[in-house]
Amino acid sequence: LLQQNWNWNSLLFSRKTDLYEMGWNIGGLRDCLIAAAPYGGPIALLKGSQRSERSHSARPVLEMYTSSGVPLANFPWKSGIVVDIGWTVSDYLLCIQENGTVLIYDILGNYCRHFNMGSESQNSVTEAKVFHSAYRTGVAILTKAYRFSVVTNIDDQKIWRLPDVPGLQTSGLSCWTVISQDRQTKLVLASGRNIYVLDNDSCTSVTVPGLDPDVSSYFHMSASFNYKYLALYTNTGCIWMGTSNLKVPLKYMILKCSYYSCIMVFKISSRCRRPRSQQPSVVLMWDRLLLVAGKNNENDELYLVPELDGVRIIGSKSHEFLHEVPATCEEIFKIASMAPGALLLEAHKEYKKESQKADEYLREIKDQNLLPTAVEQCIEAAGFECEPETQKMLLRAASFGKSFLSNFSPEKFVTMCRELRVLNAVRDYTVGMPLTYVQFSQLTVQVLIDRLVFRRLYPLAIEICKHLKIREFQGVSHVLKHWACFKVQQKDPDEDIAHAINQKLGDTAGISYSEIAAKAYECGRPELAIMLLDFEPQSGEQVPLLLKMKRGQLALNKAIESGDTDLVYTVVMYLKNEMNRRDFFLTLRKHPVALSLYRQFCKHQEQDTLKDLYNQEDDHQELANFYVQESYQEKVEVRVAELQKAVDEYSKARNEFAAKATEEQIKLLKFQRKLQDETDKPYVDHSLHDTVYNLLLEGSHRHAEQLYKDFKIPDKRYWWLKISALAEKNDWEELEKFSKSKKSPIGYLAFVEVFSISEQFNYLIILSFLMSLREVEQAADIAIERKNENDLNLVLSRCNQSTDRSLVERLNKARSGANKK
Amino acid sequence: MAFHSRIDSPEIPKFSDLKRLACDQLIYLLEQLPGRKDLFIEADLMSPLDRIANVSILKQHEVDKLYRLDNKPVISSCDQLCFLIRPHIQAVKWISEIVNSDKITGKCRKYKIIFCPQKFYVCEAVLEEQGVFGDVTCDEWEFYFLPLDDDIISLELPEFFRDYFLDGDQRWVFATAKALHYFHSLFGLPLKVYGIGKCAKMTYEMWRQFIEEGEKKLSTDKTGNLFIFDRDVDFVTPLCSQVVYEGLLDDVFRIKCGSVELCSDVTASDKTIKVLLNSQDKVFNEIRNEHFSNVFGFLSQKAKNLQTAYDKRQGMDIKQMKNFVSQELKGLKQEHRLLSLHISASEYIMKRKTKLDFQELLKVEHSLLDGFNVRESISYIEEHIIRQISMFESLRLLCLLSLTENGLVSKDYRSLKSQYLQSYGIEHVLTFANLRQMGLLVEQQPGETFTAMESTVGKLVADKAVGKLTDAFSSLAKKSNFRALSKKLTLIPKSNEEYDLHSPPDMAYIFSGAYIPLSCKLIEQVLERDGWNGLEEVARMLNGNEFAVAAGGGGAGESKPKPQSSRLMFVIFLGGCTFSEISALRFLGKQKGYKFIIITTAITNSSRLLESLNDGHS
Repeated sequence: LLQQNWNWNSLLFSRKTDLYEMGWNIGGLRDCLIAAAPYGGPIALLKGSQRSERSHSARPVLEMYTSSGVPLANFPWKSGIVVDIGWTVSDYLLCIQENGTVLIYDILGNYCRHFNMGSESQNSVTEAKVFHSAYRTGVAILTKAYRFSVVTNIDDQKIWRLPDVPGLQTSGLSCWTVISQDRQTKLVLASGRNIYVLDNDSCTSVTVPGLDPDVSSYFHMSASFNYKYLALYTNTGCIWMGTSNLKVPLKYMILKCSYYSCIMVFKISSRCRRPRSQQPSVVLMWDRLLLVAGKNNENDELYLVPELDGVRIIGSKSHEFLHEVPATCEEIFKIASMAPGALLLEAHKEYKKESQKADEYLREIKDQNLLPTAVEQCIEAAGFECEPETQKMLLRAASFGKSFLSNFSPEKFVTMCRELRVLNAVRDYTVGMPLTYVQFSQLTVQVLIDRLVFRRLYPLAIEICKHLKIREFQGVSHVLKHWACFKVQQKDPDEDIAHAINQKLGDTAGISYSEIAAKAYECGRPELAIMLLDFEPQSGEQVPLLLKMKRGQLALNKAIESGDTDLVYTVVMYLKNEMNRRDFFLTLRKHPVALSLYRQFCKHQEQDTLKDLYNQEDDHQELANFYVQESYQEKVEVRVAELQKAVDEYSKARNEFAAKATEEQIKLLKFQRKLQDETDKPYVDHSLHDTVYNLLLEGSHRHAEQLYKDFKIPDKRYWWLKISALAEKNDWEELEKFSKSKKSPIGYLAFVEVFSISEQFNYLIILSFLMSLREVEQAADIAIERKNENDLNLVLSRCNQSTDRSLVERLNKARSGANKK
Repeated sequence: MAFHSRIDSPEIPKFSDLKRLACDQLIYLLEQLPGRKDLFIEADLMSPLDRIANVSILKQHEVDKLYRLDNKPVISSCDQLCFLIRPHIQAVKWISEIVNSDKITGKCRKYKIIFCPQKFYVCEAVLEEQGVFGDVTCDEWEFYFLPLDDDIISLELPEFFRDYFLDGDQRWVFATAKALHYFHSLFGLPLKVYGIGKCAKMTYEMWRQFIEEGEKKLSTDKTGNLFIFDRDVDFVTPLCSQVVYEGLLDDVFRIKCGSVELCSDVTASDKTIKVLLNSQDKVFNEIRNEHFSNVFGFLSQKAKNLQTAYDKRQGMDIKQMKNFVSQELKGLKQEHRLLSLHISASEYIMKRKTKLDFQELLKVEHSLLDGFNVRESISYIEEHIIRQISMFESLRLLCLLSLTENGLVSKDYRSLKSQYLQSYGIEHVLTFANLRQMGLLVEQQPGETFTAMESTVGKLVADKAVGKLTDAFSSLAKKSNFRALSKKLTLIPKSNEEYDLHSPPDMAYIFSGAYIPLSCKLIEQVLERDGWNGLEEVARMLNGNEFAVAAGGGGAGESKPKPQSSRLMFVIFLGGCTFSEISALRFLGKQKGYKFIIITTAITNSSRLLESLNDGHS
């Protein structure tokens, strides 16, 4: 019968389930430090630690087991005297030593790291407690001088020295506990008849309400799993229970929370003498009742592990789980229960026997319209059962009931089947994780997988991921990544490992080879790391690690391949600091992309480096350009020198054209400076053309003429220059003189254009000018086009009637046309 | 009007969403710095910002005063300063100076830099070097796209051109690929991707990588095709004078972010008027793609129509009049205002262009394109230089000459260059070096005059040429091959018959019928052949790197594309495109039933191109 292990305690049923026959072979739990992690975690034993105080000859041994007693690791303890041990939320073992050092080991007994609880704790730690909150684990210690120190998060390791408690030195400390709630950590301690609450900056004395006035000291105190409640065991043999802020005694409380949220565990050892009872016993407390769970007949020391929904009792032979019977199970399995779930179960049993009673039961449920409830009850109850047979029975009943429902969502049923399968798998003796459904829901699949991965149960973890259809990214890939990280720590040759990893991982989504490579590098296998990096599809991911491994060159290649200029810059900047200049430049030279990026940077930040860069490359052309560029930023005095350097570089670059042009520029600059000194007018910064033009405007024809000769200005340009300048000056006389000096290389229409630009625009002037040049034909063309009578007359008057006969005719024709208008 | 769109031309996605998203993100970033703050904006970003979020929106989010970021000490008294900049080293240095000077005077302020569209590692390095890394907070405003019109989207990155094609700096390529990824996550992946050019290929490959790495599944919708085009494939087209109305406006007035400022000379009033130029402007919409010679006729016709519309009221009774005033008058007045603006703009253009003897200039350009009377053109250019007519025009003609003639003969090269230097100053030695590196202005028969630097780079090019995307100096080894290309693709229409500009037969109308733009012709050909089949030789002459790939990844998407969506064409110009090219593509779209969406790193024209390569101080 299923009910056989139930216990009725006036208010509720509790039941004890056998989890495992322990696989270990130990004499007993006496004389050892023991710690078991919650959520079906591993068990650690430190044997003979007490003895070691006396003789150093026999070293204590640290042993680690799964919950089923399968050994995980054991090794002789070589370090100092251990005060206490405890597990973190993520299954690391903390060993707190007398000297204040906390050593951390992983679940397989590998040393991870250590930290210290502060100088004050040096060789004086007397007691220590490990406590948990949702995502972190903390350690509290007590020193000989009655001082407390707390580390609230071992990953952060900030040490809080709590304030002194007055009078502790004299009256002594009887018991204490840690309350870690809402990111706040407090200590509750009892000294004589006083209770103190200690936090980071204050120490408050508290009067506990509703307490027997005879109480003069406290033997023990314990906080509930979620730190909401606290229990005190007094010298009068009473147990006071209340909220952890010591304000509300429990009997006055109206319970809103679920039952199992307030389990507290006392283990009252023989050391702690109790006045009335002589026998050591185990006390469990629910909110409303106190339970003395069995007398310890076998004289065996028991160890209790508080869990979210019950308590695990670990003995040297067996491992049991004691918990309250969940309401659903109670309803279904209670004798003569008429709950819909119970009826459904019964109906299914009859159905299997092919009895018509099945129909009767079913009808009974259906008549009350409770079939959906019945199915749900069965599904839920299955979750609370540990025995696969019972689970199956309940689930079959649920499935049976479900077949009579048309629109019942199958989701719950399917999820339950899946999850139970997983739970049964991890509860297996070889795995040894006795998780209940409630614990599993709280723990989440993610954490469960992580825990399996920690124990290197990779195949099981992968199967679970697949079975629960977890997204690859969080599931299979995640496990495979851990596997690969473990794999790289093996001693096999690099090639084999790289090959094996690639074989298994392939292109699985969500796997970052660079992380695995980083791990390989951490383990001192850079070659393997590089091999693994080659599998990484994203170049961007490869770069940071390569830099860490000081493979700058390779990193640069990868960065360039990725096309991400930011990455290239990162590498370039790194190389710049890491390498000597020469090598750095040489490297850049091999990578034009990096080089051009670095040049951009230098242009703004490090002009001189740019010069060095060109120098190094023997890039005379660019160097020369650089000097030219530089020269404008300098004063005139320095500019010549800069340009001279440019000339040298241009010639080295065999760019004669530029060299000559620059030389001429130097000549021009010198000339301009001389002019500027003489005339006190700005000439520098003008081009040759502008300089000549300005000179002509000012009438310095001598200087202009000199430039014309010195710089071999082409005639065409000179003519244009001169006539435009003269036109602008309105110096018509000079213009006429110039026009007659020799034949114009730019034709005479140019003159017309120049006039038309000038302000004193007048065709009569143009025409008479053209006449004076004896360019009658052009004048006639313009006049005809303009169709102005006066103009036409003017031209006609200058025409030689005999020689320009055709011209005269055209002019006359145009004139008559103009007249008509 | 030749522009009648086909009925089956596809619908355009709504790009205004891009604006809204950008605006929302900016507001979010501003809110991250609660309280009153002064906003310093880099000059480059002012116009784009104005199109996204105007002053009143900024004020609503507690922006107190707006400044232009400059190399000047700040006078602001606000205790929170926000900087909106492109990730330029220069700008970051200026900000560092501001912070440091505040430190000296003991002023305590909060500083926040918003990088647009993304932060670069160098910027942080500079902040660190200047010792202000801890004093400022940085953010990124992922503003990649500014929709200028229904069919034009600009990345507003004019520096892309110089940074990539001259300096070989790839950072904007990465940003562009990112932008593309973003774009397609909003509007769906293309059915097919075509492209030509090194940068195009690189962009495409990076973008592909983004798609592959991207965790979240993109929408499997497939819309349209994509054509990625490198500016350096065709330099000839942007260097030609623009004669289509919108292009002319850009050449003369410079259109900035889709709006133009008409100075008082044009508007004949004493203030400048800012006009938004897009398809909302009905008058503009009808003439933007027209050859300039048609514009006057159109405008006067329009004016007449308007007059008749106004005249209608003569014979109206009271009721009709009321109707007229309430319904039509507003529209007419609006139209009237726009019409008069465009008329005065056109007049101004005419005035300017006749003064510069535009016809003569066009004639020279056309003969350059045609390869006809080259000597005459050279002497025209020489005169152009000698007379200092315009610094960049001269340069433009020189480049055009070099591109069409496959480089200049040594003698001309030297003499024209030294003429130019005499006119505009020695510093242009640097500009010429840039132009040569770009392959815009080169000397014929290289080999002999290869300098040390060139030969090393040349070697690198050869080493890396296979499959690697790393070198940006390829332009050195490059020949323009224009003459051969133009023959192969018949870019120059036969000149023996008169070209009808009113109902043009091909895209050449954008250059008065003298030349079909190479860029647009390539796109047309590739679309027609659905790839590069039969264009192998053309591609080879353009230095290869052509590609045509089906579906932009995520292949599983079986969703059938709408039949019309394959007629939607996204054309990406890396390095900028001109309004003339856009007009040509619009024409092509109407002709063949495509709808072209132009995505460009910036709107460009000849002077913008050449100014960005100028290293002489002007």
